[in-house]
Amino acid sequence: MQLNIHSGENMDEKPRIGVYVCHCGGNISNIIDVERVREFAAKQKDVVIARDNEHVCSDAGQKMIQEDIKKYGLNRIVIAACSPKFHEPTFMNLLAESGLNPYMLEMVNIREQDSWVHSDDPQEATLKAMDQVAAAIAKVRLNKPLEEKEVKIGNRVLVIGGGIAGIQAALDLADSGCKVIMVEKKPTIGGRMAQLSYTFPTDDCSLCIISPKMAAVANHPNITLLTYSEVEEVEGHVGNFKVRIKVKPRYIDMDKCVACGLCAEKCPVKVPDEFNYGLRMRKAIYIPHEMAVPLKYLIDEEHCLYLNKGICRVCERICPQKAINFEDKVKIIETTVDAIIVATGYDTFNAETIKQYGYGRYANVIIAPQLERLVMPTGPTNGRVIRLSDGRIAKRIAFIQCVGSRDEQIGRPGCSRVCCMYAIKQAMILKRQDITRDVYIFYIDIRAYGKGFEEYYMRAQELGVKFVRGKVGEIIEDPVTKNVIVKAEDTLTGKWLEMEFDLVVLSVGLIPSKDTEKIAKMLKLNIGPDGFLLEAHPKYRPVDTLREGIFICGCAQGPKDIADTVAQASAAAGRTLRLLSQGRIKIEPIKVFVNEDLCNGCEICLEKCPLGAIGMENGKARINEAICNGCGSCISYCPRNAIDLRHYEEEQIIEEVKELLKSKSEDEIRIIAFFDDSCTYRAADLAGNSRINYTSKVRIVRIPSSSRLTPRIILSAFKFGADGVFIGDCLPGGSPYHPKVLDVINDIVRKSRRELRRYRIDARRLKFDMIAVDTAERLAKDLDDLASTAERLGPVSKSKRDKIKI
Amino acid sequence: MFRGLSQKVYDLTGINVYLCHQCGICSGSCPLVKSMDIPPNMVVRMVQMDMNEVLNSKTIWICASCFNCTVRCPRNIDPARIINALRIIKQREGVYAVDLRKIEKLEELPQIALIAASRKLTG
Repeated sequence: MQLNIHSGENMDEKPRIGVYVCHCGGNISNIIDVERVREFAAKQKDVVIARDNEHVCSDAGQKMIQEDIKKYGLNRIVIAACSPKFHEPTFMNLLAESGLNPYMLEMVNIREQDSWVHSDDPQEATLKAMDQVAAAIAKVRLNKPLEEKEVKIGNRVLVIGGGIAGIQAALDLADSGCKVIMVEKKPTIGGRMAQLSYTFPTDDCSLCIISPKMAAVANHPNITLLTYSEVEEVEGHVGNFKVRIKVKPRYIDMDKCVACGLCAEKCPVKVPDEFNYGLRMRKAIYIPHEMAVPLKYLIDEEHCLYLNKGICRVCERICPQKAINFEDKVKIIETTVDAIIVATGYDTFNAETIKQYGYGRYANVIIAPQLERLVMPTGPTNGRVIRLSDGRIAKRIAFIQCVGSRDEQIGRPGCSRVCCMYAIKQAMILKRQDITRDVYIFYIDIRAYGKGFEEYYMRAQELGVKFVRGKVGEIIEDPVTKNVIVKAEDTLTGKWLEMEFDLVVLSVGLIPSKDTEKIAKMLKLNIGPDGFLLEAHPKYRPVDTLREGIFICGCAQGPKDIADTVAQASAAAGRTLRLLSQGRIKIEPIKVFVNEDLCNGCEICLEKCPLGAIGMENGKARINEAICNGCGSCISYCPRNAIDLRHYEEEQIIEEVKELLKSKSEDEIRIIAFFDDSCTYRAADLAGNSRINYTSKVRIVRIPSSSRLTPRIILSAFKFGADGVFIGDCLPGGSPYHPKVLDVINDIVRKSRRELRRYRIDARRLKFDMIAVDTAERLAKDLDDLASTAERLGPVSKSKRDKIKI
Repeated sequence: MFRGLSQKVYDLTGINVYLCHQCGICSGSCPLVKSMDIPPNMVVRMVQMDMNEVLNSKTIWICASCFNCTVRCPRNIDPARIINALRIIKQREGVYAVDLRKIEKLEELPQIALIAASRKLTG
């Protein structure tokens, strides 16, 4: 996709600039001499008309601009008024309505960044306003018209994963009229929830509450269900994802099979049943479980005698429907979708890694998911909880919490959020089966944070479940009785315990599902330090990803219980609908672009782009504009200066900086501050709103993200007169861009400081700080500190400045 | 960063004892815990609370430095090393069970034996 940039006639056209200075009903004019600013603006090159007005944003003010555009043939507009966060959209619309490109506008923030913060020095405030206006005029002169490209968007959604998260999202979308394709890797949908016994804290039977939803997915006219299938490849972008899906062979004609089960009865091959965690055997021709959707048999390629050794074919002979088809092959489905929801769920932690608990070696040490199956009346033991060593009913049972969670030794420091509650649930089930049972839970902390959870915990205590606060050190097996002996410290009494149990249940934590990395790579999504998929923002965009049109929900994003999963899945469906319901989507034109004459195809930018938006074409870097979000991380790494960011081009910024410093006298100091648009700029607005005064020596440049800067921009600030440069950007997690931009900024700061030292300029003159939207005081202090540092060091001498080569 | 005993332990080991969340796996794993007057997790707790009494406990001399606790500690804070630091603190107070001046032929004894004796008999 190529953005439509008019570079022809429009650019050769001589700039005709209109400047409007707002009084803001005294908010500005009580401090700043607006008349003087206007006069100053009128004298600038290319300025055709300069006016001041009580309220430029009012209808009368807007009309005035509109008439001027017509009367004087203006093609660029500068408005000196409040923060662009308020009225930039208003004026961009105004320009568009008047037949100008909306990007031919520059806003000068002389209220939040000037009159409100320099009320103590009206003289300086007026001079600062003049600098700001001059800089905006210089910038607008270089502005290029940009076009917001629109792409059509349909209503086809791919849902990857058929667990409760995928089911909920798919049903919400399908009910709203979207066409959903659900792809599930396993032969049935229902996921992990279908394997659970009961659900906390309400104790409903898990399969009973999910099976109606599973059936609804299969019967919904708007859902195409592809089980035993995997997404192999995804290309393209929002509104046009090209998807390749592999459907594995079932060797059964799905239309003919009626699930009578005769084939499985006769099949001679027995293998451990994965649905029951190996607690029961199944045949090589099987259904995953009785409530599977679709309820159709399939043949296990790995174990079928005919498929492996060419003998048997009993099922084929016995099937009354003639549904067996040994000729079945892998099918490939290629289609396009407009949006994607990833709901790939979790795996449980492999308890064998923790050697001292003996899982896998001791028969009577099991993991919690196995107990889920054991307590089920329809399960492998018809609900009898037995010792696996001898099949006797287990009377004394211990739960061990935090196996594979909250443990730095195995690199999983996080909490899995569900284990406390599921252990309490299982303990209560055991007590209800037989109240004389001894049930112990060895825990570090009980986390009963959810709605109704604490009450649930209390009910377990009422039932006589014993809670012991202490992490179990080790488990040993009595070689004769096969009883398991638990060694732990009760940290609340300080007493050491050595207790014998029939059965020990390890409350294993949740880890990212096996395919998470593969999926992330395929969809170019990011993975967090815990291995789960990373959301775009931990608070405000919890189900979005940094790739537009791709959403995540459920345990793929992090451990959570069923209620949270369903809430998140509906949220993902809602966010998807918000996108699809517009019918067409605008693609913001502020993206990086490559100057192909300079690019030598070194491919450094490819690895620096945190979103993977850069590819190669004919030996030159090529930006995928549907993926690029304009953070500019690639720019400073390009050894040939071949990449730049639209609307915030290097030359435009340098020109702006030059003008901000033009009025400076030799013995005066001046600070240039680069504020990222998402956090620092807003914090500065807050400083204005809160009337926090800071140094009037500072001149602010607005950029989308500080990762867009380059050492060259910073050096040119010093060359043209800055005595200090401040860079502000978001705290980790605060930025709408990728967390990696912070590394980029640190690199830029380091490289710039090295350059400064080379020119014998004190590196303390360059300061970088992370600023959150609400930390206006910290920002003000940072600026004051830098100004006093610069004051102490004195102005950078002219001879040093002149040596700087840019 | 800290004050009192926790700072002394920090100076000797670089361990921030406040990272301990008292799960008790150290005590549950300790082969000698039955002979101790204070279980290892409580030793760490007492250091957190800067309780100097811990220096008079038997535990710090009973610990055999088998490092069972260290390899299992979910917060990676090395309880065996904390206990060793407490022994060092105690020894630096100048409380020695073995008076080296009274040993004849001191230079003929292996150094490791002297250190072992002094450690074993102190406290």
